[in-house]
Amino acid sequence: MVMGDLPVETELLVLGDGPGGYATAFRAADLGLDVTLVSNEARMGGVCLLRGCIPSKALLHLAELAGGAREAADMGLDFGLDAHGPRWDLERVRHWTDGVVERLTDGLAELCERRGIQRIRGRGAFADARRLLLTDSDYSSIQFEQAIIATGSRPVAPPGIAFPAGGRIMDSSGALALADIPERLLVVGGGYVGLELGSVYAAAGSRVSVAEMADQLLPGTDADLVRPLHERLAKLFESIRLETRLESADEQGEQVQVALKGPDGDEQATFDRVLVAIGRRPNSDDLGLDAAGVELDDAGYIRVDAERRTSADNIFAIGDVAGGMQLAHKAMHEGKVAAEVVAGRPAAFDARAVPAVIYTDPQIAWCGLTEREAKAQGVEVAVSRFPWRASGRALTVGAADGLTKLLLEPETGRVLGFGAVGRGAEGLVAEAMLAVEMGAVAEDLALGIHPHPTLSETVGEAAERFLGLPTHLAPDRKRRPA
Amino acid sequence: MSREMRFTDPGEGIHEAEVVEVLVNAGDSVQEGDSVLAVETDKATTELPAAYGGEIEQLAVAVGDRVEVGDLLLTFAGDSDEAPDESAPAAQRPDPEPEPEPARAEPEQAEPEQATPKQAQSKQGAPEQTEAQQPETRRDDGGDGASHAPKRPHKGPVPAAPSTRRLARELGVALAQVAGSGPGGRVLDADVRGASEASETADTRQAERAEAPGSPERPATTEPEQPQPERGAAKPAPAASAEPLPDFSRWGDVERVELRSVRRATAREMARAWAEIPHVMHHDRADVTALERFRRAHVDEVAAAGGKLTLTVLVLKAAAAALRVMPRFNASLDADGETIVLKHYCHIGVAVATDAGLLVPVVRDVDRKSVRELAVELAELARRARDGELSREEMQGGSFTVTNVGGIGGRLFTPIIRYPEAAILGLARAELAPVVTGDIDAPKIGARLYLPLCFAFDHRLNDGAEAARFVNRIIDSLQDPESLLLSV
Repeated sequence: MVMGDLPVETELLVLGDGPGGYATAFRAADLGLDVTLVSNEARMGGVCLLRGCIPSKALLHLAELAGGAREAADMGLDFGLDAHGPRWDLERVRHWTDGVVERLTDGLAELCERRGIQRIRGRGAFADARRLLLTDSDYSSIQFEQAIIATGSRPVAPPGIAFPAGGRIMDSSGALALADIPERLLVVGGGYVGLELGSVYAAAGSRVSVAEMADQLLPGTDADLVRPLHERLAKLFESIRLETRLESADEQGEQVQVALKGPDGDEQATFDRVLVAIGRRPNSDDLGLDAAGVELDDAGYIRVDAERRTSADNIFAIGDVAGGMQLAHKAMHEGKVAAEVVAGRPAAFDARAVPAVIYTDPQIAWCGLTEREAKAQGVEVAVSRFPWRASGRALTVGAADGLTKLLLEPETGRVLGFGAVGRGAEGLVAEAMLAVEMGAVAEDLALGIHPHPTLSETVGEAAERFLGLPTHLAPDRKRRPA
Repeated sequence: MSREMRFTDPGEGIHEAEVVEVLVNAGDSVQEGDSVLAVETDKATTELPAAYGGEIEQLAVAVGDRVEVGDLLLTFAGDSDEAPDESAPAAQRPDPEPEPEPARAEPEQAEPEQATPKQAQSKQGAPEQTEAQQPETRRDDGGDGASHAPKRPHKGPVPAAPSTRRLARELGVALAQVAGSGPGGRVLDADVRGASEASETADTRQAERAEAPGSPERPATTEPEQPQPERGAAKPAPAASAEPLPDFSRWGDVERVELRSVRRATAREMARAWAEIPHVMHHDRADVTALERFRRAHVDEVAAAGGKLTLTVLVLKAAAAALRVMPRFNASLDADGETIVLKHYCHIGVAVATDAGLLVPVVRDVDRKSVRELAVELAELARRARDGELSREEMQGGSFTVTNVGGIGGRLFTPIIRYPEAAILGLARAELAPVVTGDIDAPKIGARLYLPLCFAFDHRLNDGAEAARFVNRIIDSLQDPESLLLSV
């Protein structure tokens, strides 16, 4: 009998093994369910591990070191570098990042095995709400009682522009492959993907140009957090073109001809490579969701409730494909919620502060309510800022242009949101997340002793400032101390 | 700027009241502390003292109005003053002349002044601020079943830690219905558990959904003691709330009367006690022939001292003696279900039927008072109850209850325990009954006076055998007046 004829029956089917998929599979297995994990990839980890978060952060680490080495000369530490900066041996870099990815994906596979989770490779599409048909697989179909869809998202291509594999017009995965360091790189899209990858290439020696349609890099992020980043990137990149869109891009020989339309008119330019990072779309289009009774919203995301249940009672959806913040940790959390619900526990997704971190230099991190959101929702907030030029630690790491801010309920001092820009901002956001989730008030942060000298002090001091009692700043004239 | 006086919780979890008397007029000058209003909460009337000294500017309420904690009662003329009971840290008080700057991003070459934390302009005076600092309270709407969320000063998600939110989900408590006793109204685990207790036995509660339609309620204060039923603070879930009544007018004329005051409090308390306490009824009778003779022999003497020597008084003594020896009938089961609180005092509530409804004044230290003293005190309490003069304190603190319906009639009934007590002793009508003694050759027919004892106890705290023994002790005391008096 051929293996493909064997019907696979499972209690819980998980479709997709990225951070959402594997987190939900692990939790469900730990809660005693029989879990089958289906993925169309050979290795576990999804985009995040294989072509996203992990490799990009590995490269950004090198970019940080490269940038730091250049700066060090001004501080008296000379690496003996020439004008080109440190030399990037791309083959060894790729080998190292691949090694990091390999280690993690092997680790995930082992965790699957230890938990008795059955892994099946294949492309799935629902035949109905209880059956998934498989192609490119050793199995033909899976019968399931419950299912969790975690198929993630993929980069969006602008109309008329394709991403041929290995071509000079790349999406983020192509850029991470680090085929070469182009002399001139155009990054289309001033979101975090474009800026992070652009920073890597710039650190490696590319002359990088960014084109962003909106009037601000990182559109949607509070302007005061973007400003210091923009200033540094303006020195790192060759140019930043705001309110500019890509009209066309044609690969011609070893170069790419692009047409850009900006506030000053049309422009033709030539680049060695073009990275297009203008957004992602959910992988919900060929899963047979209709047959399963799973509804989508207008943008193609799967509609879910607080338990992450779809319109089909026994099918859940998590992660990028379910909309919301497209972040791995949000997917992981959703995955745990869905697994608990499937296991009969009263779980729900009610996070108040999903943190976000952008790994440029300086970093940007925020969680909870942003100033933009507060304004849009008509929520009255008090904003308390602490500029890093007053932070000892910030000065020792060359991050005097940083900023920490807290958004607080004016009367109770409840912490509603947090934002920071600066080197090391990623290390501050978790405390703020806990403060927002716990319903902490400013005193809770101000009365906690933050270690000195660290950047975390800026959080405590922002809280103290709200209360009228800053330490490393002069007290505001208008506020009376408590 | 006017100073506002708002209705604040007198400290017992009261969250609403009816204005029964307005003692001042606009234009009157009062001193801080002078009585300005009388409000009735549940069963007792309280006078509210002026929050400030000065001239009364305007009354915001009239007799008959229902007010909730936080409602404006009246305003005083004069300049902006600190609220007398301001307890908020000064930093959280809005500036007297705040600038309502919109929350916008600022250029970061900011000097500290530019980046001043923006204060919301608060239109209300300091007392409102205090309210935001106090644990929030809730409107109670027991009658028609729709319950309202706690009044929170701010919209947005209910402040509660993730672990607390999960607890709420597990217990099926709707966070929006829980008053938070943490800083700035944060909902704590204890608040959620309290709300869950209250609604635990609501028939229609959907256990699993966070948006439980059941209305868990909770005293606004977090006192360590057991909430007293007569406060009305510990409210049972309105189990009736889930299903609306049919439209009776289909079948004939109806009239709607509001469930108010004592009747309302009783409805709540009885529903809660019945729902939460596993009652067992133990019935017996005591031969009180000798006791009645004793009573008649001394009734005038006690009357001369200003008291009424009734069977009830003597039963109080018998009960106190039994409670001392079997203290688990003088106890409460802790909310967590893990601890029995044994009381080393003996305060017995005595139910009194009044025009306003059933009131239960509490006689304190029954074990330490003489029969005469008890007779005087009980008579006075009963009179005050019927005249509506009982204070709330006089209806609190009971550890046991005696209820005597015999004066009106009845052979046997099943009283409901007053939460969170452990038992209640009901007395029905004492009746003469024929009794045959002697033997078959020389029978003697006589008559004895029997007092029916209707005892209800909480089976979580005591078992049937213990209850039987308890009642036997009371019977033995009542059947032997001398031992009764000696045992006191």
